[in-house]
Amino acid sequence: MANLVGAKIERKEDKKFLTGKGRYTADINLANQTYAYFVRSPHARAKITKFDHSKAMKAPGVIDIFTGDCVVKDKIGGLICGWKIVSQDGKDMKCPPHPVLAKNSVNFVGDHVAVVVAETLEQAKNAAELVNVSYKVQKAVVKTEEATSFEAIHEGIDNNLSFDFLLGDKGKTGEAFSKADKIVKIDIVNNRLIPNAMEPRAAIGDYNTSSDELTLYTASQNPHLDRLIMSAFNAVHPEHKFRIVAPDVGGGFGSKINVYAEDVVVAYASKKIGRPVKWVAERSESFMSDNHGRDHITHAELAMTNDGKITGLKVDTIANLGAYSLVLAAVTPTYLYAPLVLGIYDIPVACCTVKGVYTNTAPTDAYRGAGRPEATYVIERIVTEAAKEMGMNQAEFRKKNFIKKFPHQQCLVHNIDSGDYDAHLDKAIELADYKNFENRRSQSAKKGKLRGIGFSTYFEACGVAPSAVVMSIGAGVGLWESAEIRFNPTGNVSVFTGTHSHGQGHETTFAQIVGDKLGVAIDNIDIVHGDTDKGPFGMGTYGSRSLAVGGTAIVKACDKIIAKGKKVAAKMLEGKPEDIDFKGGEFILKNSNKKKTIGEIAFACYLPGTFGDIKSPLPEGVEPGLVETSFFDPSNFSFPSGTHICEVEVDEETGETKLVKYTVVDDFGTIINPLVVEGQVYGGVAQGVGQALYENAHYDESGQLTSASYMDYTMPRADNFPQIKIDYTCTPATSNPLGVKGCGEAGTIAAPAAVMNAVIDAVGVDVSMPATAEKVWKALNKNGSKKAAA
Amino acid sequence: MVNISLKINGKKISREVSDNTLLSDFLRDTLLLTGTHVGCDTSQCGACVVHLNDNSVKSCTTLAADCNGSEITTIEGLANNGKMHVMQEAFKKFHGLQCGFCTPGMVMSAVDLLKKNKNPSEKEIRDWLEGNICRCTGYQGIVAAVKDAATKI
Repeated sequence: MANLVGAKIERKEDKKFLTGKGRYTADINLANQTYAYFVRSPHARAKITKFDHSKAMKAPGVIDIFTGDCVVKDKIGGLICGWKIVSQDGKDMKCPPHPVLAKNSVNFVGDHVAVVVAETLEQAKNAAELVNVSYKVQKAVVKTEEATSFEAIHEGIDNNLSFDFLLGDKGKTGEAFSKADKIVKIDIVNNRLIPNAMEPRAAIGDYNTSSDELTLYTASQNPHLDRLIMSAFNAVHPEHKFRIVAPDVGGGFGSKINVYAEDVVVAYASKKIGRPVKWVAERSESFMSDNHGRDHITHAELAMTNDGKITGLKVDTIANLGAYSLVLAAVTPTYLYAPLVLGIYDIPVACCTVKGVYTNTAPTDAYRGAGRPEATYVIERIVTEAAKEMGMNQAEFRKKNFIKKFPHQQCLVHNIDSGDYDAHLDKAIELADYKNFENRRSQSAKKGKLRGIGFSTYFEACGVAPSAVVMSIGAGVGLWESAEIRFNPTGNVSVFTGTHSHGQGHETTFAQIVGDKLGVAIDNIDIVHGDTDKGPFGMGTYGSRSLAVGGTAIVKACDKIIAKGKKVAAKMLEGKPEDIDFKGGEFILKNSNKKKTIGEIAFACYLPGTFGDIKSPLPEGVEPGLVETSFFDPSNFSFPSGTHICEVEVDEETGETKLVKYTVVDDFGTIINPLVVEGQVYGGVAQGVGQALYENAHYDESGQLTSASYMDYTMPRADNFPQIKIDYTCTPATSNPLGVKGCGEAGTIAAPAAVMNAVIDAVGVDVSMPATAEKVWKALNKNGSKKAAA
Repeated sequence: MVNISLKINGKKISREVSDNTLLSDFLRDTLLLTGTHVGCDTSQCGACVVHLNDNSVKSCTTLAADCNGSEITTIEGLANNGKMHVMQEAFKKFHGLQCGFCTPGMVMSAVDLLKKNKNPSEKEIRDWLEGNICRCTGYQGIVAAVKDAATKI
């Protein structure tokens, strides 16, 4: 059988999606189903002074209305922060209560106040309009930089400060700066984004009054984790009687990690009324109440010697957590961010502080890249400015400071196992035809366009993550992953993974791994995920972890299948287990022509005895059946890296920026399926370009979200892109047997810096993200254009 | 309420619908053709694109009552006797989809493009698909798929 790993194989899951047979949560309809519609706060900050739903209760079709009082009475717990950060002063971070339905106060536009459950959606919506909530509106704080000087929006959280985090050695970093020949400083904003998975969130609670079983269908990246949280913290239903199904999920990008108020409330409401309760978000609800991402303000300084060697880095960031602390809200701007500000440079000493602040905006949390795009933006912007300051070319300055030897213990946290940064930079320079850039710049100038080039040489820590490490720094769970391989009696294979595919292509790529390991045809392998009743507990998909952690669990489970198979084969072939080789799906007795296929062995495992012609007694001590489970906990993160080179043309008259050339060379270690990996990179880059040029979540001063539709929030579209060129280098990861590193977030991590470095190179003045035509035009006209005369 | 008779995916259908029923809801909730997706409710994302009398339209802002006497093709009606349409095959070959949510609308839109322009340039493809948002693919596989399909239709 040809090698499946590394082959460009078309996806097994595509046909159903292409023919309209995908089954997303909103496509599911249950008998006797009811519909939920949420009453949400129209104010960014207010006290609820009166709540009257008597009229609404009498409206046609209304079955019940649940409020903050109801959930308190029924002891439904609030939403949680899953990762505890400790401040510089040794004190734990501060988390405000986060009720699933507000009782006394609301803290952002879209905050959940009540839910109307009715026979039809239209009836639920109409009745919701009759729910009379009186608010005493209070002044809201919206801007990240104003949070700490504003009155406390949550009782007991002074200065709206959740945590004041420090990583690194302030003293030693100060010394490095005092000895520095040159210091480069930047002030940057990492704009707030809204993830915008194309499938709006949806949830259906289905309580079975006979069996006392509760099923929740929900668009989630991690159904087991949802069940754990909803059982242990929200007290919705006991875990063993609770099933969560995340069927086809239309994109996640981090926004479907959290247990949301809607999940808890429809599950709870279904129990209360004894009928299924369905809720599907309208897009405006997604904009308002999905977790947002990014929203940092940062000051950074880089110390250098006269010949351009980096000697220290200082970073001070304020991260806007929004109104509450979501599951990964605290770790995203701290441990997923601060260690990464070092980039791929050999920096001897550094420190990074992060103030996590509350404001009256939608809560932020992980969004594709989660902390790492923000970190990469800091280091790649400042390194670019440093190279300019040194008068060195961007490639030369980077190479001078790259980490060269591996493993490399960085001065903050990570021990990078493998990499070759010169290799991907060199390859990218070649592929991007860097040497002829100035010619292209001149050509563009002839057309009246300002052309710029930008580099982003990034790394990331993904494959989250070693449980021992993450739990020692505040994680509320270990981040191992599970797999179960069920070899069926007829020879086909069901593989259960605790990860979840919502576009990543696990049904194909994981089948490629199993196919190679066990010598089974890919069509006879079914990858099963997304249902807590089917496979073992798993941690889900985020942080580019599915392959590095979940894929490795699959490999380990395959190894156990092979080990058992050898014992059975030894008995059947009259040899010793240690004399059995397994290759290409066959168990072969050494130095003989005696062999059994894995299908025959599986059959024997299920028919352990002699029956007519079938002679397959199992060896003593070997149990029947061929099912193996593995839980894999990695020893380290994985560290993909790469080089992105972006070229833009800016129209001086209009300020419009056009992406004209984009080149990527990534080192993802071993690649399972290049077709799928390319797709991840193209999509990731597009989201990064979106952040740099188009996307921005905007609140006005009163806290109204003014970018709550696709007419106001600019999504990147097909006509915004040129063809993106991709190539690879490969240094296999040493922390997992596949040598894989993860590729899901890389594009989004690297792209914003590459694009902005190009824009700033083109216009010659600083511009913040997103570099909209208006902003660029204003920047050009305020300071004049350096390049205009070129 | 109004009575409408129309042909959907080649099948004659008559139903009574409310004056305000959207075509997308009619397809999804009444006919259980859930391949047509609703991603934004505001005509922006294009996940709901179907063919109405041989033109691509956004079904989330089309009234079912206005479709009386018309012919509609949805994503479910594109394959022929189980054999995928050339465009569907091309999307598979060039990895033009990931999560699959925008895919039905994207495919229906692309099929309409090739009806109107048999040999579109890359720019024409990108301009045409401007009304269909995909968050996963960065559009590169989609554009490659449409180019490939154009050589085969």
